[in-house]
Amino acid sequence: MPGPMKELRDGSVTRALLGRIKGKTSRLDRPVRIMEVCGTHTMTIHRYGLKIQLEEAGVDMVSGPGCPVCITPNEVHEACLDLVTQRENFILASFGDMTRVPTRKGSLQTAVPARSSLIRIVYSPEEALALALAHPDKEVVFFGAGFETTIPAIAVTVRRAAREGVANFSTLTAMWLIPPALRAILLAGETVISGFLYPGHVSAIIGLEPYRFIAEEFGVAGAVAGFEPNDILLGISAVLDQITEGRPGVKLEYGRVVNPCGNPLARAVMEEMLEPRDAFWRGLGRIPRSGLALKEAYRAYDARAKHGLRVDEGSGDLPGCRCGEVLRGLISPPQCPLFGKRCGPDSPFGPCMVSFEGACFIHHKYNRRKRSG
Amino acid sequence: MAAGEKRISLELGSGGKLMRDFIARHIVPAFRNPFLDDLGDASHLPLGIAFTTDSYVVDPIFFPGGDIGTLAVNGTVNDLVVSGASPQYISLAVILEEGLPWPDLEKILKSIKRAASKADVLVACGDTKVVRRGQADKIYINTSGVGLTIAKPRTSLVRPGDRVILTGTLGEHSLAVMLAREEFGIEARVRSDCAPLNYLLPIWEMGALWMRDITRGGLATILSELAEKIPHALLIEEEKIPLSPAVQGASELLGIDPLYLACEGRAVIVAPRRKAAAILKKIRESPLGRRAAIIGQVDDRTGRPGELLLSTMTGGLRLLEPLTSELLPRIC
Amino acid sequence: MCLAIPAQVTEIDAAGRGKIDYLGTKVKVDFSLLENVRPGDWVIVHAGFAITRLDEEEARETLNLLREIVEAQGE
Repeated sequence: MPGPMKELRDGSVTRALLGRIKGKTSRLDRPVRIMEVCGTHTMTIHRYGLKIQLEEAGVDMVSGPGCPVCITPNEVHEACLDLVTQRENFILASFGDMTRVPTRKGSLQTAVPARSSLIRIVYSPEEALALALAHPDKEVVFFGAGFETTIPAIAVTVRRAAREGVANFSTLTAMWLIPPALRAILLAGETVISGFLYPGHVSAIIGLEPYRFIAEEFGVAGAVAGFEPNDILLGISAVLDQITEGRPGVKLEYGRVVNPCGNPLARAVMEEMLEPRDAFWRGLGRIPRSGLALKEAYRAYDARAKHGLRVDEGSGDLPGCRCGEVLRGLISPPQCPLFGKRCGPDSPFGPCMVSFEGACFIHHKYNRRKRSG
Repeated sequence: MAAGEKRISLELGSGGKLMRDFIARHIVPAFRNPFLDDLGDASHLPLGIAFTTDSYVVDPIFFPGGDIGTLAVNGTVNDLVVSGASPQYISLAVILEEGLPWPDLEKILKSIKRAASKADVLVACGDTKVVRRGQADKIYINTSGVGLTIAKPRTSLVRPGDRVILTGTLGEHSLAVMLAREEFGIEARVRSDCAPLNYLLPIWEMGALWMRDITRGGLATILSELAEKIPHALLIEEEKIPLSPAVQGASELLGIDPLYLACEGRAVIVAPRRKAAAILKKIRESPLGRRAAIIGQVDDRTGRPGELLLSTMTGGLRLLEPLTSELLPRIC
Repeated sequence: MCLAIPAQVTEIDAAGRGKIDYLGTKVKVDFSLLENVRPGDWVIVHAGFAITRLDEEEARETLNLLREIVEAQGE
């Protein structure tokens, strides 16, 4: 044990869970719409063909804003681009999917770096720090974008850089917090969400308490779910139970990974190194205290300060792009007039089509188009 | 650079849809002739022979399971085999970067000799150039190949119920090169699957209708293109696709889909329904075809013409689209 | 955004760095976000960091639950 845990992907289990879900939805008098917050949940739902199976079982899944590529404003991407295309002897290290976002200045993937500068794709912030150590003659900037799952890793890396005095390393951070974004969506009241599927690995860091307000203030059900297909169905089933009983709460359906208290050590590192900021989310606008940035003491490792980057986070969205509405769950990808026409995976117009976890990309790539009749 | 001036970007070489479109719209029209219009892996000339060419620019040049030399032979040999030709001769043109260590070149030449011998082809002519340091990346190789036509792929004969056969596990070459190139801090026991496909030649006579080696773009891209060509849908089953634990583990870690990983010694074949079992048996006779399996079939009921569908391991259905641009490891 | 996998710790040094094994693939991982990690422990790895542990008891319970559900549905 644990080994492969194949029951989590087993087709007969899937069928049984869908059967249960269908039983529950058929006893409800109104349609069920659940928002899965996390891009990896969206991925899994489509990749296994669950989206349509869930529709047939009476559950309409709508994607939320949990895709860092999608919600990081273009201006931040453009700042990275400027850095590596205009300055020599820089290494811009980034997670892979961030490099595909099309901005007014192109994307990192198609950018031609300045002489002696490079763009390197990394899998961990540690790799970026290793690059700085391996190339003392170059200035390494790590594009540190992510939610609470990734933020502690970035913080630990900066802490290590500071302790070891690595002078040629800094990070351009784009750190986002999930609970404030969910509050903003609920406050906007634009779409009727019956329940949430909370992100399993963000929850492993923050625990369950930060979601409590959703059940108590807004009366919306929710469950923390894992990322295997049957994990997701267990989570949805738990949300349906809350709706049926009229008792919204925060149910943990991923106990093997998530401790209800989250990871206190990870949160301690975040508190030590980072402070809240009002952040501008693409599609959602400015949300108070919804982001994090390095504290004053660590300014030397903050690429914005160190390299004098001006990032006016406003709206660099290409005109006509409706990603904002997709991110808020207002429209589904096919409802965007550009979907599949002006905007597709080969020529993405907006971030929801760029990111491998963007709702539009996933819908376009995986979705079995419904047959008529 | 003048504003708005178009420049070649890297993704045009990635093997995905962008590259195909680029070739179809900007390169082929310059030469318009019936041989090129088909965009096959090799062209059958009205001389009883088939002709193909390929250039090799892999980085790094040495990787577990092979090197640029092994690739240069097998890639071209395989293009001939899957086009219905028995490989006979290859040309070998090398462009060397000033400063390339002699031992590296010797190693590559030895690999080429070994691979040619295994694939039963002779290097019949060649060329060598040396360019200044920085004007090439160590070594670039072009091989052209000539083979005897023994069959021609016939997608027009493909019918619902015909089987799709995969000759072995997916993605080992891609992963081996990716791990050798990037410093992901990942160690995996993956060796390139680079190998000659000559062992598949007999199945042409046994009735195989169509074959492709699974290079850039991976299985999903190759079959997607096939689905567009034939007037039917293709349905493949996730559980039937052979994957090594190493590829499965590393691709899950990196967030990469093995269905889009390139191989250099694997093929996908369409066999008529009644002949599929015998063809599969023949493939499995070779050590390279040990893990061959029927992974799906031509299907008209589940999908619409031109669609490639995957029946997932949880019983769902998913549309598979061709790769659009370079595969990036996913992290978030 | 939450791509993370369960893997087994194979080695760990005094600085809190080490390796995990996932289906035979070994990866360098930083364990600074957890305490008392030992080789053999099961952890969840994201972006090169172990972010939490895998609770084997809870895992067993989940798998049992899933098996029961299949039986109850008469599959």
